[in-house]
Amino acid sequence: MYALITLGLLGTVAAVILYFVAQKFKVIEDPKIDLVDEVLPKANCGGCGFPGCRNFAETLVKSANEKQSLEGLNCPVGGNDVMKEVASILGLEVEEQDPLIAVIRCNGSKAHSPVKANYDGPSTCAFAHNLFAGEGGCQFGCLGLGDCVASCDFDAIHMNPETGLPEVNDKCVACNACVKACPRGIIELRPKGKKDRRIFVSCINQDKGGVAKKNCVVACIGCSKCFKVCPYDAITMNNNLAYIDPIKCKLCRKCVDVCPTDSILEINFPVRKKKPESEENVVETKKSMAVMQDTKQDSNNESQS
Amino acid sequence: MIALKTFKKGGVHPEENKLSADASIQKLSFPKQAIVPLGQNLGAPSKPLVKRGDEVKTGQLIAKGESFISANLHAPFTGKVLKIDDAIDSSGYRRPAIFIDVQEDEQWEEGIDTSETIVREIKADKQTIIDQIKNCGVVGLGGATFPTHVKLTIPEGKKADYLIINGVECEPYLTSDHRLMLEKGEEMLIGIKILMKALEVEKAIIGIENNKPDAINHLNELTKQYVGISIQPLKVKYPQGGEKQLIKAIVNREVPSGKLPIEVGCVVSNVGTAVAVYDAVQKNKPLIERVVTVTGKAVKKPSNFLVRVGTPIQLLIDAAEGLPENTGKIINGGPMMGKAITSLDVPVVKGSSGILLMKRDESQRNSPQTCIRCSKCTMVCPMGLEPYLLAKLAKLSLYERAENEKIMDCIECGSCQFTCPSYLPLLDFLRLGKNKVGQLIRSRK
Repeated sequence: MYALITLGLLGTVAAVILYFVAQKFKVIEDPKIDLVDEVLPKANCGGCGFPGCRNFAETLVKSANEKQSLEGLNCPVGGNDVMKEVASILGLEVEEQDPLIAVIRCNGSKAHSPVKANYDGPSTCAFAHNLFAGEGGCQFGCLGLGDCVASCDFDAIHMNPETGLPEVNDKCVACNACVKACPRGIIELRPKGKKDRRIFVSCINQDKGGVAKKNCVVACIGCSKCFKVCPYDAITMNNNLAYIDPIKCKLCRKCVDVCPTDSILEINFPVRKKKPESEENVVETKKSMAVMQDTKQDSNNESQS
Repeated sequence: MIALKTFKKGGVHPEENKLSADASIQKLSFPKQAIVPLGQNLGAPSKPLVKRGDEVKTGQLIAKGESFISANLHAPFTGKVLKIDDAIDSSGYRRPAIFIDVQEDEQWEEGIDTSETIVREIKADKQTIIDQIKNCGVVGLGGATFPTHVKLTIPEGKKADYLIINGVECEPYLTSDHRLMLEKGEEMLIGIKILMKALEVEKAIIGIENNKPDAINHLNELTKQYVGISIQPLKVKYPQGGEKQLIKAIVNREVPSGKLPIEVGCVVSNVGTAVAVYDAVQKNKPLIERVVTVTGKAVKKPSNFLVRVGTPIQLLIDAAEGLPENTGKIINGGPMMGKAITSLDVPVVKGSSGILLMKRDESQRNSPQTCIRCSKCTMVCPMGLEPYLLAKLAKLSLYERAENEKIMDCIECGSCQFTCPSYLPLLDFLRLGKNKVGQLIRSRK
């Protein structure tokens, strides 16, 4: 009996104290934050550049209140749909943004860049990158140990055991995690492109042509042929390396035709009638062509499925 | 009998395998083409002074160390500069180097004494010694290649009272320092005297592990004529050649975390460096050659060669009667701290101490198992760290925490990985962690 009374009294006193404390330290939060947070995908991937969806929701509401715009803020996972919803909650409008996708700028598969030294250390690119240039000898190319795969929260990037290179599938939401995880900076976020078609230089080797080619048959040798042929000035040459600006590129594929080492890849284009190739090219890249077509088909299949 | 001195914390005792201990130092023939990398010292790479097509004489200054921690570089051969281009280093990365087309008849730069006569009298004063060491591009030959003139420039307010000479050579297989002590003992002692004069210290102690009794006896005999230099035999234990371990073993002082040996009044130098100092000061001869051990269980003729910097490793292996057929790994350095190389075109640099050819079966790693918390790695760590924890933190990218756990104190000796019964790649992750934490610290500045 006494126990009941004492506990009851204690409980009441504590409740009264807690009530006043709660009133005193009340945090007034904009109810819009909750609404925005509900719309966001809850992936907490950090792709927007903020730690978690809640923080992003706070930032969105703050930006709407202070600057009356959502410029520079984008949820890559939700894409345009989610951003539109967010904007309607906040009574604003957003520009449509091209969806992005991660592309692997290295095609140095085991067939293209034969293994010269075996590596049997721990399976992380970060360590191997500090230790040595790579099994194929290219100091810019993919190490193939899968730090990007481990970093992906969306099951969108996988190693192809045959080529030893990672492949990105349709689940990619461009959250930037793999870009940050790659110690060599091979992965780039590029616009998905019309009908999912993309053209990019699948190489970041800045060595001189001869050296690059020695290590890998599909390396960009910096010959500038694509640079000269491009009618839209989309290609820039820097440090023996071509780069295609995805915004200027009109997907005409002229550069793909002139590239002597096949280092420019076209993705998801319909198969073309093959022109008879010059003898030189056949000799040099006969083997690599076969492999490359295989991988291309693989990636096509994957994206279709 | 009194117990031999050694450092207290941790340590391991790998098989010694000093196969080339009895092979006297041989001069190696010259290559046709030499590749002299510009970044041969710790710190900033040297700036080239020559250009394509220039004729160079042996010993001529070809690259200058301009920043504070940097060293001069001299032509190791007479010949023509082919090009200044990138060449692969032992890791396979491409770094700038000077390519020299080597002439057969050698011409030395004027003013260099190439005779074998020993010059005993030390005429130079303190500043001249340091300047001469700087001009001749002398760096620490123990492996870290820290520019020696920087080490001799003692910061204000500090005073050195011991010069410790590292003749430990605790790495298994390697014997280059051992042979140097036996064959160039006198030169080395004069070099030590010069270092003592530059540092203004009265006492120098040469630490030698007890597995080299011939070197200990030989030097004991010689030091009778040199006041202030003594020999300290040490118990065989790895990593006794580590700077901090050696100081602890010989003078029983502990270098505080993150500080240099001068903090406890010590300067540590390698025996090879002492010989290079002798050459530089007494003979005006720049550092262009060093002793390199070529060894391995399958090597037909384990040898010690006096090699000019820039000689491709292929030539050394040929001189040791070729690459054994079942070679699995070629290691630049010793088995504990060395790194496997990816090409035989890699040149010998100032920091190369040995080439180890490992058989395929002994070079393979065992597949790692899970940590069984046996705490062996903590017990053998000579720096008193917790390697299992640091490796885990590095693996999980928790670099701030790793920094708090003093990952930067790791000397990368590899004792933890050597002793791990689960074959965990502890050292690999420690190296990764050190690299990342180093970046973190630099980014804060």
